[in-house]
Amino acid sequence: MSSLMKEKSKILDKTAIQKTLTRLAHEILEKNKGPEEIVIIGIMNRGAHLAKRLAKIISEIDGPQPPVGTIDITLYRDDLSVIAEQPVVHKTDLMFDIANKKVILVDDVLYTGRTVRAALTELLDFGRPQFIQLAVLIDRGFRELPIRAEYVGKNIPTSQRQVVEVRLEESDGVDEVVIMEQEQ
Amino acid sequence: MATNKPKWIRKDLLGLGDLSREEIELILDTAYSFKEISTRQIKKVPALRGKMVVNLFYEPSTRTRVSFEVAAKRLSADVINVAVETSSVKKGETLADTGRNIQALKADIIVVRHNCSGAALMLARHLDISVVNAGDGWHEHPTQALLDIFTLKEKMGKISGLNVVIVGDIAHSRVARSNIWGLTKLGANVVVCAPPVLIPAAIEQMGVRISHNIEEALENADAVNVLRMQFERDELGAFPKQMEYFRNFGITKERLGKAKRDIIVMHPGPLNRGIEMSSEVADGANSVILEQVTNGIAVRMAVLFLVAQGREKSR
Repeated sequence: MSSLMKEKSKILDKTAIQKTLTRLAHEILEKNKGPEEIVIIGIMNRGAHLAKRLAKIISEIDGPQPPVGTIDITLYRDDLSVIAEQPVVHKTDLMFDIANKKVILVDDVLYTGRTVRAALTELLDFGRPQFIQLAVLIDRGFRELPIRAEYVGKNIPTSQRQVVEVRLEESDGVDEVVIMEQEQ
Repeated sequence: MATNKPKWIRKDLLGLGDLSREEIELILDTAYSFKEISTRQIKKVPALRGKMVVNLFYEPSTRTRVSFEVAAKRLSADVINVAVETSSVKKGETLADTGRNIQALKADIIVVRHNCSGAALMLARHLDISVVNAGDGWHEHPTQALLDIFTLKEKMGKISGLNVVIVGDIAHSRVARSNIWGLTKLGANVVVCAPPVLIPAAIEQMGVRISHNIEEALENADAVNVLRMQFERDELGAFPKQMEYFRNFGITKERLGKAKRDIIVMHPGPLNRGIEMSSEVADGANSVILEQVTNGIAVRMAVLFLVAQGREKSR
């Protein structure tokens, strides 16, 4: 990414993100007929923040908070040997057994699907859940693998010259989703 | 946090003397993330799948070689152990040629132990694949020091400002040298303690204080790293005898009783009970000797993972 990126448009602000997550929480509860057996696992880094928020909202709607874990998919990437910038390895933190659980996997942006593929491979090394469903804040298209999300906050048509940036208070000090575009 | 990401660019790990503080911290942080993998039911991740690691050991070693082998396997690499006794080295092949042959087999990483200081660097200069130093002569043993420092950091929460005593055969110890580099770069105060015959000349230029009295050295220490007495290296007969050494420098319950209550006792192994320390101390509450072994896997996983992606050649 040699050329500079500039902000093209803001897709979601703080209130919209909050409303979207609330809607996703309701959809998760409706589809699974309640919070029983649900565990929420976020993909590092921003998916992990979203997972914690979703779990909190679910507990506000319907009873106790589901267990929350985080996974770092770096060691399961399919492009470790070709990427120029070496990723920092973070700790995977699953303090509970996922066997027979209803796993809700959470990420901020669904794009090629390769991150989700890596997360699925890693999760299955931890046990055999009842099923895994995918929840994302943004689906921007351009899938390179047959992967689809059950719960989508917002579908955004993008071009491949663009980057969707999800900024969250926990890591970026602000809640917003913006589209960045390369300067011509 | 995302803006000034630390980076690893080296294809080799030859010693801690070459590394910056940031590079050492990156290895330790990466090892921290890797430690959890060994607690999983399936103790394996696919990060180095399809890579080949060759353990090339010219000196006897069980623990270091096994630790590297376990680390490589937890990352899904293939591991080949070259036993030098049965190899063509016995037929006169040079180290560089052995390295070139291993490279021609399309290996990705060579882990090398050799009795000559600088052997790992020599190999690294000749090869395009990664070289990890598992001990070269009296020079360095970086992964041992990294796992010592990792264990210390895990126990104390930091390294900066800690008082660390290294006791034993400093003169012939690559473990001591690597520890001194690493600890001083991270801001610890290091004291080396031994009889004068086991203290090398000009060691104070590495930024350490010298002591010949173990009780004095332990007074303010947060940790003591007890080196193995390498009696097999005593070619001149100048070493103190075993009982004499234990009497003057051995770590005993009585001596620890006068030190800080929660002082950490480390030993790189293999341990000579009753020479470097008493059994009571080795098995006591202050000892972290077996945790060092466990942490060694995480540290070596981190090193293999990082060098596998580094490209920059050593000079």
